[in-house]
Amino acid sequence: MNPLRRYLDKIKPNFEKGGKFEKLHSTYDAFATFLFVPNTVTRKGTHIRDASDLKRTMSVVIIALAPALLFGMWNAGFQNSEALGITRTLWENFWFGFCKVFPIIVVSYVVGLSIEFGVAQARGHEVNEGFLVSGILIPLVMPVGVPLWMVAVATAFAVVFGKEIFGGTGMNIWNPALLTRAFLFFAYPTAMSGDKVWVSGVDGFSGATPLSEAAAGQPVTASLCDMFLGLIPGSIGETSTLAILIGAALLLFTGVASFRVMFSVFAGGAVMGLLFNLWGANSYMEMPFYYHYVMGGFAFGAVFMATDPVSSSHTATGKIIYGFLIGLFAVLIRVLNPSYPEGMMLAILLMNTFAPLIDYYVVSANIKRRLKRITVKA
Amino acid sequence: MSKTIRIRKGLNIKLKGKAEKILVKAEPSDKYAIKPADFPGLIPKMLVKEGDTVKAGTPLFMDKNRPEVLFASPVSGTLEAVVRGEKRRILEVVVKADGKDSSEDFSKAKPVDSTKEAITGYLLAGGVWPFIRQRPYAIIANPQDTPKSIFISCFDTAPLGPDYDYIFQNVDPDFQTGVDTLAKLTSGRVHLCVHTDYPPAANFAKAKNVEIHQFSGPHPSSNVGVQIHHIDPVNKGEAVWYVNPQDVSTIGRLMNRAEYDVSKTIVLCGSEINTPRYYKVKGGCRMTAFADNVKAGNVRYISGNVLTGAHVAADGYLGFYDSQVTVIPEGDHYELLGWALPGFGKYSAGRTFFSWLTPHKEYDLDTNMHGGHRALVMTGQYESVFPMDIYPEHLVKAILAGEIEKMEQLGIYEVAEEDFALCEFVCTSKTDVQSTIREGIDMMIKEMS
Repeated sequence: MNPLRRYLDKIKPNFEKGGKFEKLHSTYDAFATFLFVPNTVTRKGTHIRDASDLKRTMSVVIIALAPALLFGMWNAGFQNSEALGITRTLWENFWFGFCKVFPIIVVSYVVGLSIEFGVAQARGHEVNEGFLVSGILIPLVMPVGVPLWMVAVATAFAVVFGKEIFGGTGMNIWNPALLTRAFLFFAYPTAMSGDKVWVSGVDGFSGATPLSEAAAGQPVTASLCDMFLGLIPGSIGETSTLAILIGAALLLFTGVASFRVMFSVFAGGAVMGLLFNLWGANSYMEMPFYYHYVMGGFAFGAVFMATDPVSSSHTATGKIIYGFLIGLFAVLIRVLNPSYPEGMMLAILLMNTFAPLIDYYVVSANIKRRLKRITVKA
Repeated sequence: MSKTIRIRKGLNIKLKGKAEKILVKAEPSDKYAIKPADFPGLIPKMLVKEGDTVKAGTPLFMDKNRPEVLFASPVSGTLEAVVRGEKRRILEVVVKADGKDSSEDFSKAKPVDSTKEAITGYLLAGGVWPFIRQRPYAIIANPQDTPKSIFISCFDTAPLGPDYDYIFQNVDPDFQTGVDTLAKLTSGRVHLCVHTDYPPAANFAKAKNVEIHQFSGPHPSSNVGVQIHHIDPVNKGEAVWYVNPQDVSTIGRLMNRAEYDVSKTIVLCGSEINTPRYYKVKGGCRMTAFADNVKAGNVRYISGNVLTGAHVAADGYLGFYDSQVTVIPEGDHYELLGWALPGFGKYSAGRTFFSWLTPHKEYDLDTNMHGGHRALVMTGQYESVFPMDIYPEHLVKAILAGEIEKMEQLGIYEVAEEDFALCEFVCTSKTDVQSTIREGIDMMIKEMS
C-alpha cells in the first residue's frame, strides 16, 4: 500500500470520536480526501457514480480563472511601469504584479478557509470545496493597491454574513466574492473607487479606468483593442476580456458553467446598450453596446460571477431570465448612475436577491400547466 | 403508428460487458425466492409454513392490507426458509425446488368473453397480479381501480439493458393473450412503446388491440414514467398501470395453458462476466446459476441494471421484476489525487475529465462514489437528464421539507425512483436521490390513505 495512505490510516484514530485531536476531524477529513479519493462505495440507489465530484468541478473553475489571474499580475506591473514612464521586460512586469497580487490571494484563502474549517468542525460537516473558488475570485475583483487588512475584513464579512449564517455552501443567497467587493465599496469607498486606486506603487497617480472616464462623460481614451486585450487600469482579473473569454470557453466546454446564464447576460447588455443608443441623450448613451463588454467587470461578472450555480436561478428557464436582467441592469446602472460606475457588481447582487423569485414564478407556471391538464380533459 | 416522440434529455452510459445475442439455458437453481423488498410498501403475511410442500403458483404470502393480492411460488418444492431481518421483517421467502415444475391447476380462460371483474379475480387467484404495477406511487396496482390506460415498454435503454426484440424474436402467442387480458382491465387503451433504434420484433409490431408509440433518444426513454408522462400523464386521482413485456407473456400463459410459469429470458452482463449472454431462467432464480461465468475477485452482483437494480449476494436471488443481472467490480479502493488526474478512463457526463476524447469507449465502472457527500451546488444538473416537464430539484427539496401539497403540485404522482436514477448518477454532490423519492412517495401514500 502507498506509504502516505498507510500514514493517514495510522493517524486516523486520533481524529475520530474520543481521539486526541477529535476537534480537528473536519480538517483531517479535508486533507485526507484531498490526497486520496475516498474508498466509499455506493450503498443504495445507483451502483455507479459519475467520476466528477465537487473538487474536480471547482478545480476546473480555478483553471479557467488562471488566464485572467496571470494576465492581471502582468498588467499590474505594466500599468505601474507605464505610470512611471519606465520600460520593463515581460517577466519584470509579471514579477512586480506577482509580488502585489500573491499576498492578497494568501490573505483571502487563509481568512476564508480558517472560517470554513472552523464552521465545518462546529457543525460536524465535511469541508465544502466552494471557498477554493471564492478565495481566488476575491483577489481578482480587487484593485491591485487594496490594503491587505481590508481584504481580510471583507473576506471574513462575506464568509460569515454572506454564507455561513445562511447555512454554508449551497445555501447562500449572494455570491460571496462579490459581497467582499460590495462590502469594501460601501465601507471604504476611497480604497475601491475613484481614479487613484487602480495603479499600484505610484502614489497619487491618477489612472482613470475607461469606465470612470465614460461615467464622467469624458471620451474613453483607451482603444477598443487595448480594452479587449486588457492593457487598461482596473481590478486585477477584470481588465482582459480575452483572458476571460479563454476561461469562459473552458467552462462552457466542460459544462461546468451554464451557457444559458453567460449568453443571456451578454444579450441583456446588448439590448440595454442598443436602447440607450436610440435614446442618445449623452455621449455615454451613444457609446456602442460592445464597449460595455470590454470595460470594467462586465465580462468577468458574466463569466465567473453570474454563473455561480448556487446564487443564480436554479431552473433552466429562470437562468435565462436571470442572466438577461443582469446584463440589462448592469448597463442601466452604469449609464444612469455615474456614482456607481461598476454597475455589474450591483446588477449581479440585485439579481442574486431576485433569483429565488424568478424560480418561484417558473415553478408556479409548471404547477399551473399541470393543473390545466385536468381542466382541459374535463 | 403515431409520430415519434423524441426524448432529448438523458444519458446513455456505455459500459463494458454487453451481452452477445446467444441464448443459453441456465442450470436450474436449487432454490428460488420471492423477496418482499421488491414490492415497496408491502406488508407480507405468510400463508404457508416452513416445510410445507408447494407447487408453482401456490400462494406463499399475501398483502396484509389487500388480502386478495397473492404472491405465488415460482417453482414446485418445499418452503425451506422465511429469512427475516431487523424487526422480524421478511427479507426472503425461499423455496427448495424439487425439479418437477408441477403447477397448481388453474382453469383456462379466454379474455374475450370475460368481464373486467372476472379477469381481475382470475389474475389475483392465479398469483400474477403483482406483475401489474401502477402510477402513481410505482406499487402493485390496486385491483379496485380502473386505470385510464396500461403501458408496456418494449425496450430497455438502461446500461446493458436486455434487448426485448431479441428475447421476443420467436413469436410468442401468449404475449398477445396477455395484451388482450390487460385490455379488458382498462377504460382506455393499452399502449405499447418501441424505440426507433431497434426494429421491433413481430410480437410488438403486429400486436393487436394496442396503440403503438415510437420513441427516440437516450435513457431514460424506456422508463414507463417518461412514456406515461408524454402520452397519457397521471393527474391527481387517476391511475395508469404498466407491465413488463415478459410478464405480459406470463399472464398470457396462465390464460392459455392454465399454469403458473414464470420462465423468462434474462441478460447476464457487466464487465465482470466472462461471456455475457442471455439466459433462460425462472423468476426468483439463484445467482449461483451464473457463478461459473463470473470473474474472480471482489465483485458486486446487481439484480437489474446498474442505475436502479438491487445489490444481491453472490448466492442471492433474482428480483421479481428484473430481466437483467449485472456484475461489476467493487470500488473500495483509495485513489491518490484521483480528482486531479487527467482521467482518460473515467466516465463523466460532463467534460471535466479527458475521457471526452473517447466518446464511444465502453467503460468498466466500479462502485466507488468518486467523492464525498457535499451540499447541493451544481444546480441545473438534474434537469439536464430528466426528460419530463417536472422540476426534479424542486420536487426533491419539497420531499426533504415534507411539504405534501408542494410534492403533489410538482408532480410526485408521475414519478418513481427509477426516473431519478440518472439525476443521482450525475450528482456532483453525491446525494441519494432515489431513496428520497421513495420516502416522498411513502409520505404521499400515508397521507392519501
